[in-house]
Amino acid sequence: MSTVFTFRIDGKDVAGTEGQTVMEVAEENGIDIPGLCHLEGIHDRGACRLCMVEIGGSPKLVAACMTRITEGMEVVAHSERLLEYRQAITEMLFVERNHVCAVCVANNHCELQQMAADLGVTHFDLPRINPKVDIDASHRLFAIDHNRCILCLRCVRVCDEIEGAHTWDVMHRGLETRVQTDMGIPWGESSTCTSCGKCVQVCPTGALFEKGRAVASGSKHERPFLPWLKTVQEERGL
Amino acid sequence: MTKPRVATVWLDGCSGCHMSLIDLDERLLDIFERADLVYSPLVDFKEYPENVDVCLVEGAVSSEEDLHKIKMVRARTKTLIAFGDCAVTSNVPGMRNPIGVQPLLDRSYIENATLNAQLPSRIVPKLLPTARPVHRVVTVDVFLPGCPPSADLIYCLLDDLLSGRVPDVAGARFGR
Repeated sequence: MSTVFTFRIDGKDVAGTEGQTVMEVAEENGIDIPGLCHLEGIHDRGACRLCMVEIGGSPKLVAACMTRITEGMEVVAHSERLLEYRQAITEMLFVERNHVCAVCVANNHCELQQMAADLGVTHFDLPRINPKVDIDASHRLFAIDHNRCILCLRCVRVCDEIEGAHTWDVMHRGLETRVQTDMGIPWGESSTCTSCGKCVQVCPTGALFEKGRAVASGSKHERPFLPWLKTVQEERGL
Repeated sequence: MTKPRVATVWLDGCSGCHMSLIDLDERLLDIFERADLVYSPLVDFKEYPENVDVCLVEGAVSSEEDLHKIKMVRARTKTLIAFGDCAVTSNVPGMRNPIGVQPLLDRSYIENATLNAQLPSRIVPKLLPTARPVHRVVTVDVFLPGCPPSADLIYCLLDDLLSGRVPDVAGARFGR
């Protein structure tokens, strides 16, 4: 028997089972906590920090996707302070690389673009970095445009946890951080990639896309493999 | 009482935002019954006048001419609006920023030229090192993102300003 915890999110009484995260219980109760790296069906990573919440009067913010629920906890998921932080994080995600929504394959289907609209980010106070960033189009079917990558690492996790290939990983640090295929070789030369396309499907932006897609045509709404994995995970108690 | 004085300016952009402005259609009659259009690429005034109340600025600040123009516009305008993604983020004109001016010009006018390869040096204004959003150069009062912002949003914005309300651009977003 798993223990049931009752607690509150934004003053609303909610309940969840031991081991669940604040994010999961919020989702089950129709409370929208913003997030770009969280995706049901793969393990959470706490990469994007957009789901930061306040807990029980502690001045420290924690990521809702990485925080296990406890009995009687008081979660504040929406406040003026949190909105300001989330707007600043969204802005930083934009200025760190070269996001040009108007000519992006994911225009209109992009979770980062939608996040800016939802949070009321209408411009960037921070100067753009304008980094010189590569595109790897060596794969037969897909391409990665690092200009659009926000390092949510959904591709890394889905490739490892669902496809079992672990083609994707991360290299370098700080502003130089990039997702990579195999040991940093061109994607098209990867011997582990199965060309399943799961990474493309989970990418929240236009970083990973199918070749031949025009601007604004890279819709990514079908993710049938994720609920299936969730079941297997649960069965095996992973 | 004199009518509010409205202007529009076109810096480094594709004119799509101005096309969207024209898409106001019959609502233009409503707007310009309540305001005077005193300067715009859509009309034939040669000089940007003094005492402008509202100016919509399309485009990024990319050349020395843009820089000169936007400083003059700012000095003569009460409410300056960054109009569309190029003005707000530098958008497509900003795609040259990681490349640098010289490699960009060499690629465009020398390497890819099949006839009479030479860098443009006369009449056309010099490019600045980067194409910048308007608010990196002068103070902007209202941001209206969108590529382009829809006619509905432009109407809401102008209607709010001409009615003395704080403009509400909810629903505006990058791209589209």
